[in-house]
Amino acid sequence: MSARGQRQGSGFGAPQIILTLSIAILVIVVAVPVLLILFNAFWADGVFNIRDVARVLTEPDTYQALLNSVIIACGTTAGSTIIGTFFAWLVTRTDLPWKRFMKGMFLVPFMLPSFIGALAWKMLLSPRAGYINRFFMDTLGLEEPIFNIYSYAGIVAVECMYLFPFVFIQVCGALERMDPTLEESARISGAGLFTITSRITIPLVMPSILSGALLIMLYSMAHFGTVAVLGIENGIFNIPTLIYERIHQSGGSFDSIRTGTVLASVLVVSAAFIIWLQNRILGKGRYQIIAGKSFRPMELKLRGLRMPLLVICIAYIAFTIVLPTTVIFLVGGLKTYGLAFTLENLSLDNYKFILFDHKLTRDAIFNSVTLGLSAALITMFAGVMISYVIVKMKTRGKGILEFLGMLPFSVPGSVIALGVILAWSGKFGINLYNTVWIILVAYIARYMAFSLKANSAALEQVHDSLMEAARACGASMWQTLRDIVLPLVRPGMLAAFFLIFLPSLRELTVSIMLYSPTTRTIGVAIYTLNEDGETVISAALAGVALILIITGQSLINRFTQSSSSSKG
Amino acid sequence: MSYVRLVDVTKRFGAVTAVDRLNLSIAKGECFSLLGPSGCGKTTTLRMLAGFEDLDEGEIHVGERLLSSKKSGYYLPPEKRDFGMVFQAFAVWPHLSVYENVAFPLRIRKTPTPELAKRVNDALLHTNLLDMARRSPADLSGGGKQRVALARALAINPDVMLLDEPLSSLDPHLREEMRFEIKDLQRQYGFSIIYVTHDQAEAMALSDRILVMRLGVVQQVDTPLNVYTRPANKFVFSFIGLSNFLDVEGDGVNFVTSRGALPLPVAPPPELGRGRVCLAGRPSEIEFADTGLPGMVARKSFLGESIDYQIQVGEQNVRVQKGRHSRGPEQGENCHLRFTRPFWYPAE
Ligand SMILES: Nc1ncnc2c1ncn2[C@@H]1O[C@H](COP(=O)(O)OP(=O)(O)OP(=O)(O)O)[C@@H](O)[C@H]1O
Ligand SMILES: [Mg+2]
Repeated sequence: MSARGQRQGSGFGAPQIILTLSIAILVIVVAVPVLLILFNAFWADGVFNIRDVARVLTEPDTYQALLNSVIIACGTTAGSTIIGTFFAWLVTRTDLPWKRFMKGMFLVPFMLPSFIGALAWKMLLSPRAGYINRFFMDTLGLEEPIFNIYSYAGIVAVECMYLFPFVFIQVCGALERMDPTLEESARISGAGLFTITSRITIPLVMPSILSGALLIMLYSMAHFGTVAVLGIENGIFNIPTLIYERIHQSGGSFDSIRTGTVLASVLVVSAAFIIWLQNRILGKGRYQIIAGKSFRPMELKLRGLRMPLLVICIAYIAFTIVLPTTVIFLVGGLKTYGLAFTLENLSLDNYKFILFDHKLTRDAIFNSVTLGLSAALITMFAGVMISYVIVKMKTRGKGILEFLGMLPFSVPGSVIALGVILAWSGKFGINLYNTVWIILVAYIARYMAFSLKANSAALEQVHDSLMEAARACGASMWQTLRDIVLPLVRPGMLAAFFLIFLPSLRELTVSIMLYSPTTRTIGVAIYTLNEDGETVISAALAGVALILIITGQSLINRFTQSSSSSKG
Repeated sequence: MSYVRLVDVTKRFGAVTAVDRLNLSIAKGECFSLLGPSGCGKTTTLRMLAGFEDLDEGEIHVGERLLSSKKSGYYLPPEKRDFGMVFQAFAVWPHLSVYENVAFPLRIRKTPTPELAKRVNDALLHTNLLDMARRSPADLSGGGKQRVALARALAINPDVMLLDEPLSSLDPHLREEMRFEIKDLQRQYGFSIIYVTHDQAEAMALSDRILVMRLGVVQQVDTPLNVYTRPANKFVFSFIGLSNFLDVEGDGVNFVTSRGALPLPVAPPPELGRGRVCLAGRPSEIEFADTGLPGMVARKSFLGESIDYQIQVGEQNVRVQKGRHSRGPEQGENCHLRFTRPFWYPAE
């Protein structure tokens, strides 16, 4: 009895165990890989060597890759921000017909993997073989392809199509929550709708626009898939694709690792800067514009523009969502790439082949599903524990954990992949290289941010007094956790699980750096099949992946809707 | 001399009739309140005036101008109506300074700079905001934000000021203070006020006339004194001030309870006839007497300035309030009640 009381009071009780465990997980999974990258980048020939870093960065190839990452990220950010803000305004503030449907459609690109989109656009617009270009050249007799997708413009356009929802969703949220009397008072002050939009509405949601834009910037700088599919053909490399190319080509030579770590360090620093900037904007600049009790927000009457804008929206959706998705499925049905889409050329043979006969694709599907499930489960539980310490516990040493908890948010996938190679290739006695385990570790690091976000949001809803009441009723800390906290955060945990499981089914950036011939994931299989010229097989697998993702997503939507409606 | 005129104004939201055939005229410089419980259509009325809602029937005029008309389908858009308006949640723009908030309506009207500066400074002066002109309204207190909203509405020197529960987000003390500030501003600028509130004390203190509304239907339009002392019906009586109702059934002299017949303190007016009627009285207008309606003190509580009695009469309760110096029966004692100002209403 007294021994128990003492143990609670002394230095190492349950809180300390949880804290230590949480710190250990984050250190091993995220901090060590990142530190190893920085160490390898700045520690050359046994000394701290900044001059060698400069040498690597000024090599023409590396320098060009840096520049390309910046160019593509800036173009993508500008484009997506304009598209996202415009559509968000259109579906929340105007009398556009079918707004709810449109809003749903504009969120679809969130689900679609951008490298599959890039593949589709390659099939449509590659200069010689692309279906659209061929149509214009063969049928209409044009000399030149109308658009070459293997270009900066092509890459930026494709990235915009898949990234604009980051801005769209943020701005929609801000506009929907905004107090409509802020606009009405401008109106009664004599301002017309154009003035209100430009001088009141847009400035008020500017923090949300900027925050979405920075997310896109972060994502695009470190984005692998689109540039890998569309850029390499014309020698356009960005940071992640150059890292991949170097390490892949040389089989992991010292020199390539060095270049890789220097480039990855650039990504780490830029990401940290972007996250810092975003926190500043959100922390300081976000206005309290949330409506209390209010009416429906006023709607801008588009009048003559209503139909033209509707047509633009539908055309946009058809062109950027329906067309590429359809092309993937159609090409997946062809006997040979390049045939016309006629009935006799189309069959389900490729789909049968990849699902039942082809070992490579069957293994890939199996790998992705098991990896996704394990990563989602582990990360979900680790995330709930770590968030619990950060949000709820008042233990000393929590500050370290809060700092470590920020890390997963700012480390891009390609950096994680390189980091786990450094950490788990036998340097510390454990060699996981070329096994599935190294991919699993990398997935956990990559998706920890999602889990922390969902779980801390859920935990913040659980008021401290609920736990204090349980303790006051005589429950121990463990009992309180098991009987009170866990049931209350279960929705957050489920959200975390799906937020990890679905994206991991289509993961490419990390797996491409870590796969071995037997540990291909779906993403890797699609990418490498396409590289090897097996376009139709690759497209069929991409089609299967799309079906998996869309089915999963609709199941989740059904599930979350029914659980939220049964609660309300 | 009516300035603002509403003729047969009706607004429906689906099956709900939010405002039902409202006829109203408000004079220039008058302070007019719309009073009623939540959901009775006050805000809807104001928003129709402002032009944010179309009408389902009727017309709205201000002075010589037609603002809205269902019949001709004419609606002057809100930005052309030149009203001042203050919203419940203040609706000051956090991305503009206090000065720019107030200047906004003038900038829209392309007011020349010297004139603009003079007007803004004037409005800021009258609302005690001159020191804070460069600050962001986001940093001001609730009262400060509300002053900015008022100053912004004042800037164009409107003829009509629309206020929708402008004080209900403030704490009670500040609320009382701002009430008088609004009244002062009206005196200095001379605009008409149309003031929406569900707080009867606020309406009483501010208004020249009050309109009491219930479920979209006008109950009474009158001065505060008349609304209090001559309520048009049982709803108005109960909505304004404290009230007591005794359901009474009898022959006009006695009424029946489970404990036998009790004598009525006063006879109901003949037009209500015999049978079930309702006797009403304010707690402060009921006195203890030697004879009259017999009852028993069920609860006696000290409220500070007054003493509150709950008197059981038959199986109903009557509330009586007396000054704290007055003498009265103790808890558990029997007493007799006299209604000094009884009201009679038909039973429901
Ligand atoms: N935009 C709308 N759509 C549907 N119904 C509405 C709308 N606006 C108001 N109503 C309904 O019209 C009725 C009157 O609403 P209104 O807001 O005018 O009441 P109110 O007197 O201002 O109430 P409160 O004191 O709560 O502000 C209510 O039943 C309300 O639900
Ligand atoms: Mg209202």
